[in-house]
Amino acid sequence: MAEPVLETQHLTMRFGGVVAVDNVTFTLRRGELRCLIGPNGAGKSTFFKCLTGLLTPSEGHVLMQGEETTGWAPHRVAALGVGIKTQVPNVMDGLSVQENIWLAARRFLPSTQADAKTREVIERLALGQIARTALGRLAHGERQQVELGFVAASDPWLVLLDEPAAGMTAGEVARMSEVIHELNRTAAVVIVEHDMQFIRSIASRVTVFHQGAILIEDDVETVMSDPHVRNIYLGKKA
Amino acid sequence: MQGSAGKDVITTLIVAAVLVWALPLMVETYTLTVLAIYAMLGLSLGLIWGFGGILCFGQAAFFGLGAYTYAIAAINTGESTLPMILAVMVPGVFAALLGAMMFYGRLGDVYLGVITLVVTLILFKFINSTAGPQYTIGNARLGGYNGIPGFPTLNVPGRTDLSIWGDGLYYFCAAALLLVYLGVTWLLRSPFGRVAVGIRENETRMSLIGYDVRIRKTVMFAAGAAIAGLAGALFANWGAIVTPGLFSLSQSAEIIIWCIVGGLGTRFGPLLGAAGLGYLKFLLGQQSMINNTMLMGLILVLFVLFLPRGVVPAAMSVWRASVGRPRRVGRAGAVRRNRRKDRVDG
Repeated sequence: MAEPVLETQHLTMRFGGVVAVDNVTFTLRRGELRCLIGPNGAGKSTFFKCLTGLLTPSEGHVLMQGEETTGWAPHRVAALGVGIKTQVPNVMDGLSVQENIWLAARRFLPSTQADAKTREVIERLALGQIARTALGRLAHGERQQVELGFVAASDPWLVLLDEPAAGMTAGEVARMSEVIHELNRTAAVVIVEHDMQFIRSIASRVTVFHQGAILIEDDVETVMSDPHVRNIYLGKKA
Repeated sequence: MQGSAGKDVITTLIVAAVLVWALPLMVETYTLTVLAIYAMLGLSLGLIWGFGGILCFGQAAFFGLGAYTYAIAAINTGESTLPMILAVMVPGVFAALLGAMMFYGRLGDVYLGVITLVVTLILFKFINSTAGPQYTIGNARLGGYNGIPGFPTLNVPGRTDLSIWGDGLYYFCAAALLLVYLGVTWLLRSPFGRVAVGIRENETRMSLIGYDVRIRKTVMFAAGAAIAGLAGALFANWGAIVTPGLFSLSQSAEIIIWCIVGGLGTRFGPLLGAAGLGYLKFLLGQQSMINNTMLMGLILVLFVLFLPRGVVPAAMSVWRASVGRPRRVGRAGAVRRNRRKDRVDG
């Protein structure tokens, strides 16, 4: 069994009296691609934010490649080689696609190599047509792809994606799946997602969150056929 | 990129040479000197606000600190070289400490504005209350509301008998402004500058990419303060006196107006706004019919209403439209349109 690259131990996040993440112990191993699913308010995104450093957990630990990263600022987590994509496209609207991706590449590479990496990522994501367009002028799906370009440009060993397929067309989702599979060749991937069709197309293992805790963790077909999951997440008729 | 940078420098040098030669034919060098100083002060805020996204309401604090540091050091050393260096360093270090406190403390933009405003007020009040003989630094009396007069002004380094005054001071200030402008250009073209612009656009995303936003904002803030300090030292030499008025809120407000009118997010805009409005203020100072401050306010209101992007970005848009260069981008609203391009080109 491959070694763990991401672990949480008894992770808990409280907002006042509300427990958003409740004592979650989670392990992701090298080369794995895991989807986190659950109904709205299940705690997936809060859990994601605790991993990325956007929130500091109330209790418990986060470990990345065995190193304790609990409460680290996002830039320290990312600097470890963790590629992060947030739920809402989070980009530099006033800058071009090229400049956006260059900034991600430059974080880990000298300028000349960052230029080459930028060209490579633009080609890989088929963004050549819009490379010199300001992000503020792009459609939602294109912005999502550019954000994935940030992740690809940093050559990460761990990728954390929050709803990467939200608001995208079928073609864009298909391309997104390809890119995620490519990333998964060199990196372990965690995806928070709602789109069940997309989840079936990319994931082998799924973790279901419910009321802040992990309800079940198994392969995608087993999870989908679990009556409890169908009841709380998909609805009885699904 | 390299070719473009070279072209940029050559264009800047040619335009600067023409202006430095031609302007004294129309305006006295005494007035031009202070306009060059204002331009440098405008550029200092234009750098940190327009490119770093840090709205500082207290740029006058660094301007005043530079001026007072020069005056105090010049009285104590009897020459101008070390005081000039200190006048750049002291505001720079002060801003680095203040910036570190604000940015590492994760203060939002509103609190940042309030703190810089309050620091300016504190310095203004403090300097005003230093009239007594106990307020001395070395041989220099701070002088309270009377300020510090009679300090040694600029001299050729190592030659205290050779003063730089009159036309000489004009050329010195013009050269200093040119160097600062080229320095800002270099900074903005460097990876540090490009990352700073990224931080202006989206701080959270830059953090999620792996950049430590806090240190970069602190450095940018300190760089802007150091430039304002240099402008303050030159202003002290021009006026041959420093007074608490340098720290005043009206001075800070004026710098913000210069940037808005000239065009935020461009290098040339704040410079043009500062020199243009500074000259207008000078002309208005020669009459008593129209209130100077009221007119400045009116200009600001008119620009915010009718030319919110400022003179330089608007002029560049007109230029592009007239030469028919196709826009590479074109789906968003009018305010956003070409803003980024203007910022890079300006």
